Amino acid sequence: MTTLSYALTDSATMLRRQLRHMLRYPSLTLQLAGMPIVFLLLFVYVFGGTLGDGLGGPSGGRAAYVNYVTPGILLMTVAGAATGTAISVAMDMTEGVIARFRTMAIARVSVLTGHVVGSMIQTMLSMCIVTGVALLVGFRPTADPVEWLAAIGVLAMITFALTWLSVAFGMVSKTVEAASNLPMPLVFLPFLGSGFVPTDSLPAGLRWFAEYQPFTPFIETVRGLLMGTPIGNSAALTVAWSVGIGLVGYLWARKLFNRDPTTP
Amino acid sequence: MTTTPPQPAITATGLRKSFGDHLVLDGIDLHVPEGTVFSLLGPNGAGKTTTVQILSTLIRADGGEVRVAGHDLARDPDSIRAAIGVTGQFSAVDKLLTGEENLILMADLHRLGRAEGRRRAAELLERFDLVESGRKMAATYSGGMQRRLDLAMTLVGDPRIIFLDEPTAGLDPRSRRGMWQIIRDQVAAGVTIFLTTQYLEEADQLADRIAVLDHGRLVAEGTPDELKRRVPGGHIRLQFADARGLESATHTLGEVSRDNDGLTLQVPSDGSLRSLKTLLDRLEDESIEVETLTVHTPDLDDVFLGLIGHHKNERVTTP
Repeated sequence: MTTLSYALTDSATMLRRQLRHMLRYPSLTLQLAGMPIVFLLLFVYVFGGTLGDGLGGPSGGRAAYVNYVTPGILLMTVAGAATGTAISVAMDMTEGVIARFRTMAIARVSVLTGHVVGSMIQTMLSMCIVTGVALLVGFRPTADPVEWLAAIGVLAMITFALTWLSVAFGMVSKTVEAASNLPMPLVFLPFLGSGFVPTDSLPAGLRWFAEYQPFTPFIETVRGLLMGTPIGNSAALTVAWSVGIGLVGYLWARKLFNRDPTTP
Repeated sequence: MTTTPPQPAITATGLRKSFGDHLVLDGIDLHVPEGTVFSLLGPNGAGKTTTVQILSTLIRADGGEVRVAGHDLARDPDSIRAAIGVTGQFSAVDKLLTGEENLILMADLHRLGRAEGRRRAAELLERFDLVESGRKMAATYSGGMQRRLDLAMTLVGDPRIIFLDEPTAGLDPRSRRGMWQIIRDQVAAGVTIFLTTQYLEEADQLADRIAVLDHGRLVAEGTPDELKRRVPGGHIRLQFADARGLESATHTLGEVSRDNDGLTLQVPSDGSLRSLKTLLDRLEDESIEVETLTVHTPDLDDVFLGLIGHHKNERVTTP
């Protein structure tokens, strides 16, 4: 077997380990979906009537707003799941079994890829739950099957990139508490972008930030695919940001894992 | 055909390691022949765990040459990893998986294949008395069970060299003896064992050679018997009913260790019947009443405590 096939076999083994963990604690997956659902309901039922009118569309009101906000909530799900990944990586790194893996002749990166792929599956499941609830409260996407597939693909790509970053966050944190705080800004980025209100309604400084941070093109691309709004250069920006974040996250995580572990 | 001497399983020369300003290993040399049990003995903080972590490729040394299973540690750690098994001081089991799943995880990482992995897991559960709890989460296991599972996981890959870092710390006497038997079975199968412990009895029971580590330096090395011979720990302890008996015995016996508060004397002795009889005759001649008498033969405790500069009990020596 070649090095690559070793890496794939070992990663599959580590993924099975992560999936077992997930099945043993399904509550974590539900929790990851819970927070965005609360925000969805809050924004649709409490603020949605007023915010929807402010969108300036033909229909307005709550029905328009649920269509506007759902892509933002989906990206919030990805960001929230990144926090979960950082926590579970930080917790896992304190376990003695990780030290055992390090003394075995396995593809080292598989410990990390197991986490990444496991977290991706978990995040995609959370997004399914969130989408289900959104559909129940009146989300009516206009996407055809191809656009749906594209939207899922884009969300998977963003999730992959942010998951690598959060794996690095989980490893750079000395404590589990630190790991839960470090990715926190990610959860706020959808608010400081086009997730909840159009960026042109923001004051100048904030608008500038919103237009240049990655979550705005992420949200615009997903919104465009699901709701048929114009995408423009958001798709290209999304790919570029994803590749950049993913690469930084991967290299950083790998470097952190190859360091000597601090004594347990 | 010429016979070559057996290849050493582990050699280290001038092994050094610091954590920041704190010097943990100050140039230690090790030589462990294949198929033997080598025990590294020392108090907490002596550097035992650090030594195991370096030899088992977990952390890097600052200096020194190390070869394990014929491979250079700095250049080819992966070949070493393929030959060794490690059971650390801290439980290295996945607590969210069952015992069986933990063993199958190891089998998968050794790429044994599905059928062979299951067969091996079942065999190890049987051998380590874990069949009943094989389908329970390892988090529910007792300390002794987790330790057994830990060692079973180490054995999945049939390692030729096993590192055991304080394998019986915190275990009750029965579990400890069980663990010793498992270790002996491995030795019988030709496996080399590198064992750290702070229990002298454990080193005495299991090890072919013992090295004593203190403050990052090896202060003694040898077989258990060689080490015991290094310190004259054997003596007869006499307990008296009153200070007068103690006084006259001290007068009669001359240079002995005396404890005024405890009303005891320690007379150097090799523990033989002849020396005991001589001592009793002398006391008899002077009509000195002895309340109790105990014979103390040297054990590794004497060696250990003598070497690392502590004293088991404060002695008042008569001038």
